[in-house]
Amino acid sequence: MTLWFVFALMTVAAIFAVLWPLSRGSSAQAGGSEAVVYKDQLAEIDRDVAAGLIGLSEAEAARVEIGRRLLAAADGERNQPAHANLGLRRASAVVALVGLPIAAVTFYLALGSPRLGDFPLASRTRMADASQPLENMVAQVEAHLEKNPTDGRGWTVLAPVLVRLGRVDDAVRAYRNVIQHAGDSAERRSDLGEALVIRAGGVVTAEAKGEFERAVAQNADDPRASYFLGLAAEQDGRKADAAAIWRAMLSKAPADAPWRALIEAALTRVGAPVPPALSDDAMAAARDMNEADRGTMVRGMVDRLAARLKQDGSDVEGWLRLVRAYMVMGERDKATSARTEARQAVAGDAERLRQLNEGLKNLGLDG
Amino acid sequence: MIAEAGHYALVLALALALIQSTVPMLGARWGDPALMNVARSTALAQLLFVAASFTALVMLYVNSDFSVVNVFENSHSTKPLLYKITGVWGHHEGSMLLWVAILALFGGLVAAFGNNLRLSLRAHVLAVQGWIAAAFYLFILVTSNPFLRIASPPIEGRDLNPVLQDIGLAVHPPMLYLGYVGFSISFSFAIAALIEGRIDAAWARWVRPWTLVAWIFLTLGIAMGSYWAYYELGWGGWWFWDPVENASLMPWLAGTALLHSAVVMEKRNALKVWTILLSILAFSLSLLGTFLVRSGVLTSVHAFATDPSRGVFILLILCLFIGGSLTLYAWRASALKQGGLFAPVSREGALVLNNLFLTSACATVFIGTLYPLALEVLTGDKISVGAPFFNLTFGPLFVPLLVAMPFGPLLAWKRGDLLGAAQRLTAAGIAALVAIAVLFAWTHGGATLAPLAIGLAIFVIGGALSDLAERMALFRVPLAIAMARARGLPRATWGTAFAHAGIGVALIGIVCETTWNSEYIGTMKPRDVASVAGYQLKLDEITQRQGPNFREMIAQFTVALDGETLQVMMPSKRNFTTRDSSTTEAALLTRGASQLYVSLGDTNAEGAIAVRIYHKPLVLLIWWGPVLMAFGGLLSLSDRRLRVGAPKPAKAARALQPAE
Repeated sequence: MTLWFVFALMTVAAIFAVLWPLSRGSSAQAGGSEAVVYKDQLAEIDRDVAAGLIGLSEAEAARVEIGRRLLAAADGERNQPAHANLGLRRASAVVALVGLPIAAVTFYLALGSPRLGDFPLASRTRMADASQPLENMVAQVEAHLEKNPTDGRGWTVLAPVLVRLGRVDDAVRAYRNVIQHAGDSAERRSDLGEALVIRAGGVVTAEAKGEFERAVAQNADDPRASYFLGLAAEQDGRKADAAAIWRAMLSKAPADAPWRALIEAALTRVGAPVPPALSDDAMAAARDMNEADRGTMVRGMVDRLAARLKQDGSDVEGWLRLVRAYMVMGERDKATSARTEARQAVAGDAERLRQLNEGLKNLGLDG
Repeated sequence: MIAEAGHYALVLALALALIQSTVPMLGARWGDPALMNVARSTALAQLLFVAASFTALVMLYVNSDFSVVNVFENSHSTKPLLYKITGVWGHHEGSMLLWVAILALFGGLVAAFGNNLRLSLRAHVLAVQGWIAAAFYLFILVTSNPFLRIASPPIEGRDLNPVLQDIGLAVHPPMLYLGYVGFSISFSFAIAALIEGRIDAAWARWVRPWTLVAWIFLTLGIAMGSYWAYYELGWGGWWFWDPVENASLMPWLAGTALLHSAVVMEKRNALKVWTILLSILAFSLSLLGTFLVRSGVLTSVHAFATDPSRGVFILLILCLFIGGSLTLYAWRASALKQGGLFAPVSREGALVLNNLFLTSACATVFIGTLYPLALEVLTGDKISVGAPFFNLTFGPLFVPLLVAMPFGPLLAWKRGDLLGAAQRLTAAGIAALVAIAVLFAWTHGGATLAPLAIGLAIFVIGGALSDLAERMALFRVPLAIAMARARGLPRATWGTAFAHAGIGVALIGIVCETTWNSEYIGTMKPRDVASVAGYQLKLDEITQRQGPNFREMIAQFTVALDGETLQVMMPSKRNFTTRDSSTTEAALLTRGASQLYVSLGDTNAEGAIAVRIYHKPLVLLIWWGPVLMAFGGLLSLSDRRLRVGAPKPAKAARALQPAE
């Protein structure tokens, strides 16, 4: 209510600013005339002469010139009658009294949000700010590391947190310190490489590639390094090399490796045929099973996939695989419900939603 | 409530501006003093409401009220208080609000102190101010409203562009806007004169000081912006002929021309029509500058607004005001009485020459800035007009201007004596020749143009000093009398000398910096030593530090000259998490007017860091020059005498000199 009271006060002040001169009538014949300026100038010349700033003859010449202008001005000013125009004054008063408030309030209501109060930061609770304690902790760890820069364990703790906070530059430096002070390993090289890739906005730079190569040199089976080396090949336009690297990974990988879906998606992207989801040994084992056992095994895999997608629904390829699996198993209703879940899961991301719908169309399950 | 009250105050200001732009015009048309006086009270009330609105926005920033979209997008709770306040105009919406606040301030000043103006003139002037104000209020409210709200406010803001988190933002935009908007006063006076069909003495008496105020602020604003770019962007450059810089240079050139022609107009009642045209041009170029920077046509550091709807709106305002005022000029200028005859060789003649060169220089900058834009619009070709174009066109126009400049103040009004002026400049000429000879001998085989340019600068400074010496009759009368005469000189004369000498000083700085600049660019590891221009810079260490809203990497250099340690320099690189961007903070070591400049690049894998080190001889003169010019302007402004250009009868001039 105070807000409207303040608005009313302001409006009254504005109206008053217009009405006040109108009410004063024609008595207010203020304002200078040209002659006043010239008279001032003449007085100024007298002062200058008295102060010795200009000579007498100069002063005389100037007086003559000003006198000429004064006469001209006096001629011009005669034809200026001042008379009150009551009609116009009344019209102006009405505009100020009625038009101004109506226009101002209408215009304001179209743009403003009178129902919203103030939200100064000081009055808001800090409870909701979950990131604050984390940032405080990071600051403490950083202060500690500034004094003990050789504490490898500290850097190991700090680096991934920095990545999560988006301070990628600092994270890169932290990972370098990890390698320097806590020892080199394939995993740490991969960490550093990944941070470099994040910093470059997803591009595997030469620098990052170098780190992944060092990682692979220490552990040829490091899945992250291999994946990124494949990605580097893909970004270089060497799709066949990329596919080869990734296929080699899949062939060596255990059947339930969590990154399997990622690699398969990558292979699809470069246009290479996805090898069967099971390694040769597993396939051989599956061939030996009877129908019921094989069914159980496939169902187990599908359920695992479904469970994973329930937790993280952003994987479009995963959803499509799940839907395809249900279709193959002849469970059309489950496929339809998976489709609905998938659409809900990626609804916030237009690009993913588009990919999903295209994939569903290919499966003949759009609608 | 603060946000909404500020919003409503702005709406009320719009309503008042609309009344201010119509009622007084009608009053002037029908000769009703009460209606004409409405202009005055509405202008003052408008100032009150805009000031309230601006204060509201400042308070919202200080309180970090993120329920306001604008605050959320451009502020952060951990930002230091100074940058919370300066951040108010560190983006499009806030800077436009500052623009109208300054406009209202100037309107309020005319209303408050315009007692010696004719009633109808004041009514017309304020009505024109009302048109400009109304157009810009509408623009702000409709396309760039700083008071829009978010129903569920976020916890933290997005922070201000880190490059702008600098003391420069506290000074540069307000100065520049005081300059741009200050020209609106002479514009309004010009339009009022055209509408009324007459220019009187009060007109001239008013226009010159207002133009001077605008010019002083614009000069300082441009110089400040240039120095800011120099130390903040990390490349050590101070002028890039960037379109945005040109956008501020054009009104400055037109304003400088206006300043000089207004002197003729005030003292001699001549050049009236030309002064009116320059008033219109100076403000039109200010509007154009606003348009270029705000419409998003240009991409640069300044273009923090890129929104086509705004561009179209500003373009409309631009067409309306520039087109309208020029049409009015074409239609009404012939109705104005010309006055004041003068010989070609006279003070007036010299000022006309100045005007010709300044407007031509302005035209070349205009073409160089807008031609690429026009070409892109018409043919889609992208070309860039850079420093070579401007150096080849702007330079040759400025050289004769500078050669002629010392002659101007030495010529008498109405009819002057060129030979006499030349004789009085002999000392300055000799000083210039000596400087050229010494520089040639010293730099033998170096750049040919540089010594000549410095000679020209010396001539300009010497000319300004000769003018003073001449008026004080220094060396012809005993020193005590000369000193007494110096005290008695009008402050405007001192102002002229300072401003003209300032140009020479700036020119020396520009030539030295561009010709004898030396640099070292490379990567350094701790304990490496780089040497530039005789200085040895040793990189001691690289450390990390946490600032209020950034992380900072600081490199510490120990600077030594001939083995003797001078000082420690600490350039740094700041990383702003919220915006995920970084700034370089160059370290400057000032030795006299020269500077050593160190800025940091990226670190590489081996812990080495890219470093740029420049030695810039006499670089500070580039900014001392404009400061001198602005100081000269202030002196001239403080000279509140009425100005009458008393024509000197030939004999009277002699009579003034004491008998020998």
